[in-house]
Amino acid sequence: MSLGPYASFIVTSYALVAAVVLLLIVWIIADYRRQQARLKEIEASGVMRRSGRSAADIR
Amino acid sequence: MKLTETLTDLANPTRFLALTARILPWLAGATAFLLAIGLYQSAMAPDDYQQGATVKIMFIHVPNAWLSMFVWSVMSVAALGTLVWRHPLADVAAKAAAPIGAAFTFLALVTGSLWGRPMWGTYWEWDARLTSVLILFLMYLGLMALWRAVEDPSRAARAAAVLTLVGAINIPIIKFSVDWWNTLHQPASVLRMGGSTLDKAFLWPLLVMAIAFSLLFITLHLAAMRNEILRRRVRSLQMMQASRVSFTSEAGAGSRDAGASKEIGAA
Repeated sequence: MSLGPYASFIVTSYALVAAVVLLLIVWIIADYRRQQARLKEIEASGVMRRSGRSAADIR
Repeated sequence: MKLTETLTDLANPTRFLALTARILPWLAGATAFLLAIGLYQSAMAPDDYQQGATVKIMFIHVPNAWLSMFVWSVMSVAALGTLVWRHPLADVAAKAAAPIGAAFTFLALVTGSLWGRPMWGTYWEWDARLTSVLILFLMYLGLMALWRAVEDPSRAARAAAVLTLVGAINIPIIKFSVDWWNTLHQPASVLRMGGSTLDKAFLWPLLVMAIAFSLLFITLHLAAMRNEILRRRVRSLQMMQASRVSFTSEAGAGSRDAGASKEIGAA
């Protein structure tokens, strides 16, 4: 597969899309872990939801 | 009737979290599978007789451009859900979609620019299509700033919903800018009256990539909505914690005051 004289433009485009999509995925996973950790921390201090169920339990 | 029942069911955040926990792995798998097929087809697509291999940029530029408008449309429906139907998850959906839409719009602008340089001889031109998409990108950023600026999520939701609906005017402007004005950007070649002008060798990889990117958006959006629900749980528990601390300290101060007045009375 030859990309011709404009290969750098094509490769940069695909690399940039891959990088941004990867960044989005990592950001969302990290945010999820951060919220779960904060919920567990608060619940460990004795504060519970009115329903009595754990806020970190999402199944 | 069925749709109304489903929407009512999903109004319960706990039920939404449980349902998405089951769906997300399948969605992520389907996204990865379709992306792999789309990327393979894009790599194998022939060179265009005019553009050469740079036509491969189309397979990532067009899905991102479509999604930049689609995400704003989703946010507009969510805005109606906030203002009209008061659906509890509507503003969660709107807030979670904004950064993802901003990322797709950014990618549409940059990949378009990288495609434009070899084909048009310039990275940027202030024509109607490019300028209206840049405005869309700035509106996404403005919306994200608004969500951050107002601390109370329900107040932020109403302001953001109004801004989203006003900004929705830009969507048809972007879509029809290439027909209404004389632009450097080419007119529509896939979704147009009279059918697509693209050869099947380019159309199929493009459609597969478009479906793959749409699935990617749905996956990321559902995951981001779950995060937003958890963030609101953290906020409400923190408020309960804070009110408990202030109640305890007030009660402590109250008993100290009572003790002090007894001492004064004894003196």
